[in-house]
Amino acid sequence: MAETVLKHATKTALTLVAFAFTFTLLMTVVYQITKEPIAKSEAAARIALFQQVIAHDRYDNAVLQDTISIAPSALLGNKKPTIANIARMNAEPVAVILEAVAHDGYSGDITLLVAVNADGSLSGVRVIKHTETPGLGDYIDIAKSTWIKLFDNQSLIKTSDANWAVKKDGGAFDYMAGATITPRAVVKAVHKALQYFEANKTTLLQVIETEKVAPTEVKQDESI
Amino acid sequence: MSQFKDIAENGIWKQNPGVVQLLGLCPTLAVTTTVVNGVSLGLATALVMAAANGAVSPVRKFVPNEIRLPVFILVIAALVTVIDLLIHGFAEPLHKVLGIFIPLIVVNCIVLGRVDAFAAKNPPLPAIWDGFIMGIGLTLVLGTLGGMRELLAKGTLFSGLDLALGDSFKHVVFTVIPDYQGFLLAALPPGAFLGLAFLIAAHNWMEQRKASKKSAAKPTNTESLKPAH
Repeated sequence: MAETVLKHATKTALTLVAFAFTFTLLMTVVYQITKEPIAKSEAAARIALFQQVIAHDRYDNAVLQDTISIAPSALLGNKKPTIANIARMNAEPVAVILEAVAHDGYSGDITLLVAVNADGSLSGVRVIKHTETPGLGDYIDIAKSTWIKLFDNQSLIKTSDANWAVKKDGGAFDYMAGATITPRAVVKAVHKALQYFEANKTTLLQVIETEKVAPTEVKQDESI
Repeated sequence: MSQFKDIAENGIWKQNPGVVQLLGLCPTLAVTTTVVNGVSLGLATALVMAAANGAVSPVRKFVPNEIRLPVFILVIAALVTVIDLLIHGFAEPLHKVLGIFIPLIVVNCIVLGRVDAFAAKNPPLPAIWDGFIMGIGLTLVLGTLGGMRELLAKGTLFSGLDLALGDSFKHVVFTVIPDYQGFLLAALPPGAFLGLAFLIAAHNWMEQRKASKKSAAKPTNTESLKPAH
């Protein structure tokens, strides 16, 4: 009796193993085939995202590879170390692309992509992830409205610290009726990201030694 | 041939996974904010179901009864992973829309349900057909529900078609109700539950009417109209 139980169990286990092996093999093969296209399409998607905050003709480096790691910071709202991408023209830093997280949205975190020009002005801001209420708070998303473009060319100099708030709170930024908590969180997060940039400017903007071509004297055109 | 016709009738109407079997409600409720989202996920599910049924049916005699569920889950999970990778690699925009929902197909009860109830007992061809047509039945429900919610919430139909089919479809959006103020409830999860309830009610009403017409000739048992679980 014991033997037949053992025999039965072995046979069943082997069947399961055979299935596991076959289908793991299938997955491995497909993974190998799709690895490259997936990496390529992810890089393309990332570049397309960057294109929204900084025009691609303003830099000539491999922006995806040109990164600097950012320690958790209260100003950026990141709880884990993240990376920032540096855009350079002739090895000279043009802008830094930071990821900032607002924890005080109406529902859940709002993740922002913030591109800060070397002179401290904003190149552009985009919301890349949010779960705000559809139809009310989601106008921060470029797909829904152009509100987020209010931040283009903004800076700590152009708008004083006290004015970095929505109009309802006495600040300089418009908002739409129905949702103030959402834009309030975004304005605050962008403001703090600019403060982070100001405080860490020298580290973020250092010219990489390896690629140092004779430093150009020509000032970058930041008017775009 | 009549077997295939019966399977089709079951999948589309009599045993529709969305409004009769009520299996796989998770994606039904989560994704159906627009027609495009609903139909895309429906078709992806149909593909997985046809593949899963097709993979299980030929080996059904080699799977001991005791371990059939682990084996089926293994097969379904592997197929979903394969389809997920393929979509990610070769249809990136579609992956952006369906991204988080494709892995969810693994836990969609309807897939395991059809594999266990049909593919494990039938030859490959009818099994593949059953998986596909059940998926299409689900797609119809997801598309209708998506249409109802999109129309009520935003006053449009087919928005986001460019995400599924490419940029040339960017302007194929029917603004059914111009200057629509929007009806938020329809876009939020409660809207999905309410919409599905209306669809189930409509399905039951039509079935009942059909039955009462029949019972004029000879009385039938109305108990059979209740949705099977």
